[in-house]
Amino acid sequence: MPDQLIFATEVILNGLMAGVLYALVALGFVLIYKASGIFNYAQGVMALFAAMTLVGIMNGQVPFAHLINAVFGGHITHFGWHIPALLAILLTMGVMVLLAWCVQRFVMRHLVGQEPIILFMATIGLAYFLEGVADLMWGSEIKTLDVGLPQGINLWIDEATFNIFGYGFFIDNLDIVATVIAALLVAALVAFSQYTKQGRAMRAVADDHQAALSVGISLNFIWIMVWSVAGFVALVAGIMWGTKSGVQFSLSLIALKALPVLMLGGFTSIPGAIVGGLIIGVGEKLFEFAIGPLVGGATENWFAYVLALIFLVFRPQGLFGEKIIERV
Amino acid sequence: MFYREAGDFKVSYRDDSQTFPIKFDRYRYYVVLAVAFGVIPFLINDYWANALLLPFLIYAIAAIGLNILVGYCGQVSLGTGGFMAVGAYSCYKLMTAFPEVSMFIHVILAGGITALVGVLFGLPSLRIKGFYLAVATLAAQFFLVWLFNRVPWFYNYSASGQINAPERDVFGIIITGPNAPAWATYLFCLVFLALSALIARNLTRGTTGRTWMAIRDMDIAAEIIGVNPLKAKMSAFAVSSFFIGISGALFFALYLGAVEVGEAFGIQKSFLVLFMVIIGGLGSIFGSFAGAAFLVLLPVVLKVVGADWLGWPTDIVAHLQLVIVGALIILFLILEPHGLAQLWRVAKEKLRLWPFPY
Repeated sequence: MPDQLIFATEVILNGLMAGVLYALVALGFVLIYKASGIFNYAQGVMALFAAMTLVGIMNGQVPFAHLINAVFGGHITHFGWHIPALLAILLTMGVMVLLAWCVQRFVMRHLVGQEPIILFMATIGLAYFLEGVADLMWGSEIKTLDVGLPQGINLWIDEATFNIFGYGFFIDNLDIVATVIAALLVAALVAFSQYTKQGRAMRAVADDHQAALSVGISLNFIWIMVWSVAGFVALVAGIMWGTKSGVQFSLSLIALKALPVLMLGGFTSIPGAIVGGLIIGVGEKLFEFAIGPLVGGATENWFAYVLALIFLVFRPQGLFGEKIIERV
Repeated sequence: MFYREAGDFKVSYRDDSQTFPIKFDRYRYYVVLAVAFGVIPFLINDYWANALLLPFLIYAIAAIGLNILVGYCGQVSLGTGGFMAVGAYSCYKLMTAFPEVSMFIHVILAGGITALVGVLFGLPSLRIKGFYLAVATLAAQFFLVWLFNRVPWFYNYSASGQINAPERDVFGIIITGPNAPAWATYLFCLVFLALSALIARNLTRGTTGRTWMAIRDMDIAAEIIGVNPLKAKMSAFAVSSFFIGISGALFFALYLGAVEVGEAFGIQKSFLVLFMVIIGGLGSIFGSFAGAAFLVLLPVVLKVVGADWLGWPTDIVAHLQLVIVGALIILFLILEPHGLAQLWRVAKEKLRLWPFPY
């Protein structure tokens, strides 16, 4: 194979891996949107919050240490213990469930029946709020997250491709793990929504709030559950991205990256989120590889949006979105 | 008692359709104008101008612009930062290319260029609606910021990649650059704000504004009763971008002086202006002022209270600010989804009856 083609193949493979991570974030959006019609802008910040909480719990940091020190004086920072990763993940999940309850109890419950755009704005407010709380709780410095996931170049693929093409592909172990986990997560979510009672109730709520209410499904419970599941997805995404590039503010910006994925795939479709993520991941890496050097690089910042924009002009509901029917 | 229609007799159609039908409102409006133009310029100093007044005036223009698009025409846009950058950079290119032309013309031309760009990015709104459109406008935001960052022609090949406002004057008075007196920059911005508010208010009262509102309330129904959606949406994008472009030009040339595009016109700016519009009140010119004033004042007040009085470290105050802004937005949406403007309206209703209960 010619060199260019080999490089392009490697770029595509890496793009697929990146796309999986985008899809992971987009999944959280789709879940909440399907179940409650809320476009949850705070999903990215939830991932950041989850990752920071995980790091904080693992290192035994005292929450709000900075604030407490500033108000009362004193120099507390750590409890002085380290918690194993698995337990910490479980504890963080608990925090995310608590967060879901708070969001439902203090925000969404008061906004039932408002226009979608108002709900969207509320989640932007929530994003700011959570970001501030996360910084106050755990400090805003960049943290490293290590829950024992394998990292670095996958030597096996490197060797195998070297033997075939005479050029070793660089594929990060972490990306492979992320792909596997994302596949498991999607399978679990699909199974959950198809075969469990709560999952069916969730789909019923997504179809029609009033009809669901009338057959005795508790909307409150379902929404808390949906936000918890979204929190769980955020936690998984936070772990992946946090391990990859450190836990820092830019983590919350992946939410913005997930938006074009959603537009491509359609807001209401789980397979759409996956396929959209892969298309965006491969597309932006290939574009950067082929066109990027000609126009000054860093095209990854906008390519996804422009691709989605052009795509939407021809298919406004996205790849797998439900057909938009409008009546006066 | 004093705030009522009674006794104020309208004798012509002109009187009947004036902006402020109640006498008290009218006088209040003249007093505000007189104070803003005649008193503040004599009292102003650099601190007040740079910390409060200039950002308020400039953001108010941007908020009026965005309010036309979001509040009146119902097209949600997250590209405000990008459009402000267009205004800033076109103003910069004009200022350096034609140094002898008055700043007034530069700023207005910058607004015009932004209007063209706005129409271009507004075209998808004919096909895409709601959230999809909001996300689509993000394309404008990221693409424009990238463009100004990467194409050296826009920043005149300067080594730092920044743009710096050269010294320019209006009627012989320097208004840009470090030597500009505070009162001159203030007055310059004020003139633009007053004109923008006047134009916006009258546009939204007339045919154009009504077609925008028809599109906002239900675009298909509007189309059926004969509103041309192409014209209505494109004119909303154009007018809105025009104001946003002016505010971007002023923000760069008069307020900051030197701009790095990613920092000054990033996505955060888009959200900031959007929050101003929401907190102030969608579909209200007064709301744009109130929202801009509120969000300009809030950080300053928090900084004074937190960092200066309580002596907390600045990073904690900055984080607290995020928490408070976020909580306030949620609180506002829960208690009063129509923003400060609605509170004002309710207060006025109460005032008309006061001191009687009914």
